[in-house]
Amino acid sequence: MLLRLLHRAMVFVASVLAASVLVFAFMRVLPGDPARVALGINASDEAVARLREQFGLDRPVVVQYLDWMRGLVTLDPGIEFISKAAIGPQIADRLQVTLILVVTAMVLAVLVAVPVGIWMAVRHRHLDGLVMSAVSQVGVAIPAFLAGIVLISVFAVRLRWVPSGGWVVPAQDPVGFLQRIALPSVSLAMVQAAVLARYVRSAVLDVLREDYLRTARAKGLRPVQALWRHGLRNAAVPVVTVLGLQLATLLIGAVVIERVFVIPGLGSLLLDSVAQRELLTVQTVVMVLVVATLLINFLVDALYLVIDPRLRTGSR
Amino acid sequence: MSAPAPEFDRGNARHGDDSRGRKRGMPGDRTVLAVEGLDVGTRHTPLLHDVTFSLHRGERVGLIGESGSGKSLTALAVMGLLGEGLRAGGDVRLSGRTAATRNLLDVGEREMARLRGDAMSMVFQEPMTALNPTMRVGAQVAEVMRIHGTQSTTGARRRVVELLDQVGLPDPAHLARSYPHELSGGQRQRVVLAIALANDPALLICDEPTTALDVTVQATVLDLVVRGVEERDAAMLFITHDLAVVATVCERVLVMYGGRIVEAGPVAEVFGDPRHRYTQGLIAASDLVGEGGRRGRAALPTIPGTVPAAGRFPDGCVFRSRCDHANDLCASLPPWTPRGEHPAGDRAYGFACHHPAGERPSHSTSPAGALAEGSTVEMEQHRG
Repeated sequence: MLLRLLHRAMVFVASVLAASVLVFAFMRVLPGDPARVALGINASDEAVARLREQFGLDRPVVVQYLDWMRGLVTLDPGIEFISKAAIGPQIADRLQVTLILVVTAMVLAVLVAVPVGIWMAVRHRHLDGLVMSAVSQVGVAIPAFLAGIVLISVFAVRLRWVPSGGWVVPAQDPVGFLQRIALPSVSLAMVQAAVLARYVRSAVLDVLREDYLRTARAKGLRPVQALWRHGLRNAAVPVVTVLGLQLATLLIGAVVIERVFVIPGLGSLLLDSVAQRELLTVQTVVMVLVVATLLINFLVDALYLVIDPRLRTGSR
Repeated sequence: MSAPAPEFDRGNARHGDDSRGRKRGMPGDRTVLAVEGLDVGTRHTPLLHDVTFSLHRGERVGLIGESGSGKSLTALAVMGLLGEGLRAGGDVRLSGRTAATRNLLDVGEREMARLRGDAMSMVFQEPMTALNPTMRVGAQVAEVMRIHGTQSTTGARRRVVELLDQVGLPDPAHLARSYPHELSGGQRQRVVLAIALANDPALLICDEPTTALDVTVQATVLDLVVRGVEERDAAMLFITHDLAVVATVCERVLVMYGGRIVEAGPVAEVFGDPRHRYTQGLIAASDLVGEGGRRGRAALPTIPGTVPAAGRFPDGCVFRSRCDHANDLCASLPPWTPRGEHPAGDRAYGFACHHPAGERPSHSTSPAGALAEGSTVEMEQHRG
């Protein structure tokens, strides 16, 4: 099992390296000189040359890549072209905000989707199960930003229960924080819960058809007990896969919701940096998102091993 | 393997405590399971009709027939494990530790769960998928004892090792800590058997327990099944389509087709001298006779046609759509014709056919001889 985990960890590191090369290459393949792009068309040639020299953009590409990688590993990716602000602390701040938002949304989604999904599976032949199934189907089709806008217009504009956007640090103003995170996290969670519930439903339905569940009943467990003791752990494997994918998409999907709710997260930073043509910042933010996604995949793989002993070959 | 012998009094000397099996309105005190007029079906499609049989303590009864004849459905109905949308009618009574005062078909799920795995248990066909892949096998065996409170947690742990040892698993203490995927099919089926026998059930239902196993493993597992039920003086209903297995394991056999029991009786009589045309075809189509009984490399005869889909069986005699002897008479339901006296009642020895295979003097000198001779005669007749 440890060997397996080590193997997965190595795959993770290799993927990060490969991704870093790709991200770096993509940014360099973009037409135009980064310094010229950052300074604009009206900048003088001297200013451009100065910036190129200052940021080492005149050096060989390989050296630039290694420089960037050193910056990433030491968690100090340097400063922005124009504002000269340090990139590292900015990303750290923004990442914290995005993580809080994404994790809250995910927890909400799981809390709703797992019981609802199980219910839909167990009652799949009954009216209530079918109705829930239909509702979740509609939920899947609603984009998060639309849900966000609707929520704002109802709860912020019409009812005035909560502000329509913005952000405060939870430690400073817990109530204000909760008020501000409620709508964005709910709008993110709604779609995720709908999707997740459908996967939970089909996973539980599959498990309900399994022979070992019949064995469990033949042993003297009532249907609910059999599902609880023998079914759910087995249903967890496909659900965890989807959960990992969802977490990754949420991280990226938060970009839009952060825009809608004016939240200073990683997504906002990315969009701002693109607008200001801060190539190094864009490159680094993208890399952070990639690493986060790969990390989630690694954790999902590790979780598989915990859940399903069949995958732990080479144990014992 | 012990020779099949239709002796129903065998267990008497061992267990004199007949009061345990006493129940209301049933012949004999040793009846463990009495199924009467069992009907199963969906809302629109009837699947089982008037299935009637009983099992005595220590008795091993085979239930044979092609796929789709209703064998497994009968077992599941007895266990109360019918799928959603299937309903059962009739009367099913079990006298295990308590007297069979209630019809199991009227008993609620909670009480049925109390009987399952305790007074009656079941071994399924597919050992590869019958165990929970995410749970150690020892825990799965222990669970059945904990559910029914027959063992404390520590007692169960000790008993698990004993049980795994009894079903012939090597190094049981170590094996109890394995997961199912680390075991072979035969080993898994032994674990399933250990689970089924853990609480000393009065009734064991085996649904093709060896069909999925290697031929080399089949005999050992069969032997364990027989030994397991013999030690417990339990009744066994053994579902299979392998007639040779029935001949070695069972004393009595029920032949099912189209959701009905079409013939029943002691194995030697039914296999040696089948009366129902379906039984006749089934035996001719099986390799029961062995190489010596067949002429050269002649192909085994087959029953013409295929088993109709559920609910598509003809009225009257269910077999008439595939039977060479069918005529207008067969449009009416053939009555049950008892063939002789049987301790388990009329329905335990007889057939339901309008044109039964001809009367012939009994060949039986020994059960095996009767089998071989009878089958050969049947085959000749079939070809002629």
